[in-house]
Amino acid sequence: MTDPILEVREITKSFGGLKASNTISLDLRSGEIHALIGPNGAGKSTLIKQITGSLKPDSGSVHFNGQDVSHLSTAARAQLGMGRTFQISSLAMDYTVLQNAVLGALGHRGNIFRFFNNVMKDTGLLATAENALEQVGLQDFRAIRTADLSHGQRRQLEVAIALTLEPKAFLMDEPMAGLGADGSRHMIGFLNSLRQKAPILLVEHDMDAVFALADRISVLVYGEIIATGDAAEIRSNPQVREAYLGEEDAA
Amino acid sequence: MNKETTLNIVLMTILVAVPVLAWMSDEPFLVTLATRAVIFAIAGVGLNFALGFGGLVSFGHAAFFGLGGYAMGILAFHAQTYTPMMEWPFVIEGTKAMPIIWLVAIIVSALVALAIGMLSLRTSGAYFIMITLAFAQMFYYFAISWPAYGGEDGLSIYVRNEFPGLNTMDPIQYFSICYVLLLLVLFIVHRAAHSSFGLMLRAAKQNEERVQAVGQVPNRLYLIAFTISGAITGLAGALFADLNRFVSPTMFSWHTSGEIMVFVILGGLGRVFGPVAGAALYILLEHSLGGLSAYWHIYLGAILLGVVIFARGGLYGLIAGREVAHD
Ligand SMILES: Nc1ncnc2c1ncn2[C@@H]1O[C@H](COP(=O)(O)OP(=O)(O)OP(=O)(O)O)[C@@H](O)[C@H]1O
Ligand SMILES: [Mg+2]
Repeated sequence: MTDPILEVREITKSFGGLKASNTISLDLRSGEIHALIGPNGAGKSTLIKQITGSLKPDSGSVHFNGQDVSHLSTAARAQLGMGRTFQISSLAMDYTVLQNAVLGALGHRGNIFRFFNNVMKDTGLLATAENALEQVGLQDFRAIRTADLSHGQRRQLEVAIALTLEPKAFLMDEPMAGLGADGSRHMIGFLNSLRQKAPILLVEHDMDAVFALADRISVLVYGEIIATGDAAEIRSNPQVREAYLGEEDAA
Repeated sequence: MNKETTLNIVLMTILVAVPVLAWMSDEPFLVTLATRAVIFAIAGVGLNFALGFGGLVSFGHAAFFGLGGYAMGILAFHAQTYTPMMEWPFVIEGTKAMPIIWLVAIIVSALVALAIGMLSLRTSGAYFIMITLAFAQMFYYFAISWPAYGGEDGLSIYVRNEFPGLNTMDPIQYFSICYVLLLLVLFIVHRAAHSSFGLMLRAAKQNEERVQAVGQVPNRLYLIAFTISGAITGLAGALFADLNRFVSPTMFSWHTSGEIMVFVILGGLGRVFGPVAGAALYILLEHSLGGLSAYWHIYLGAILLGVVIFARGGLYGLIAGREVAHD
């Protein structure tokens, strides 16, 4: 088996008395979708933030593509190939959809210190951006101001920007929230094919999507991973049923 | 043609028509007033590059305005007194040549902006405002206490500096020089706003997290924006000092920083031509209200309050609406 692209080693993070991450270890291998599930407040987003570098763990390390990236900035980790989508959409709201996508393509290409070009006429960047928008189904919204998009569409734009980065791994925090039935179905099909390009660490609440997509599933409860395995293993794990899935049955 | 472009053209036409008409009807005072507006506009366009495009609330742009002013004052002072600025290890003479003075003003302001930016950008929000203010105040007190160049009294220049082929003492000719420089600066800033750098910078203003997620570092963008911004405001300072043939510590005062900020906010934050509208309106108000009452700043304050509360996009937001995305 090849080395994992992403490896989280014993990450711990406390907020005051609250252990949001409790010696978490996990990895992401090429070609897979690794789902991270867990009840609200379990610490899923907190883990993603520590992987991408926007939050510093108290202890533990993150390894990416064979390199210890624990001390690198968010920007540096993105340059190395982490493509992140945010749970709460984080976009340039005054820009059009296309401008946001071009922003991603530009950030990835680098050479941003050009002062006299017309960036929205750069055919290379436009091609990358429009291709990404098409893949997520936003091609008809390219001229819309991002602030005027629905929540689901913003989520799709997050994914499109991540695509323009041509990342080595995707880290997606609930990319399907707010999409609606049709949108979710489209996104599931899309993510399913995306794993060939780069593996995905997928935080998701929609269990149908998780069981349809994930090669492996890790269950996070109160900052701790209580189980990792394929769909069948997770379904039949008594601890998981009690801590998490049982909750859903009751709901 | 969209509303913004129309407004740009109308604005720039009025700005050149008023002084030309005034000159034809022998009203040199109005020509000088228009020149002031043009120079203030350049200073505002400079600040707008940091404040409007990068969201950097600098309350210290008087530092660059003053540095530009003193670059002109010191160079011209040595030229008119026939004393070299420096004799060792090599001789540097003063000069009366405007192009050289501008270049020196731009370079000095850019270097100082780079240094101030490196120190100030470690902070953000209210701290950034305070630290930029503090740097400008440092220059202010330094200028006051440096007797070699006039100290508190400032420096006077007997005749305006020279520009090849023109008589700079003729108000309309000096106006023309400043107007052309304004056009040049607007052209550069317009291009930069729509460039790769501009797209990334304006994204950082909206959302730093997004810029980091696409692999770029907001502070690097800010530092360059701040440097360019300071350089442009420095050029305006040199022109202003030449207009008055006088430079004094007042150019460094926080009052000056506030005025430059007023041009930007009045005109419309982040709109390339916004500060031009802001500076023109400011001069208009100063001229009309100033005649009515010595306390015209109170009325200006009220108008500014109105703009901030009711027309958040300034004059440009009010007339041209929200900025239209270029495709
Ligand atoms: N910056 C912070 N300061 C203090 N507590 C925090 C902070 N960020 C998160 N927490 C707490 O840490 C816990 C984990 O939060 P996190 O956002 O990671 O949960 P999550 O699993 O992503 O939940 P959800 O499914 O609702 O998105 C929560 O109890 C949250 O309140
Ligand atoms: Mg979350």
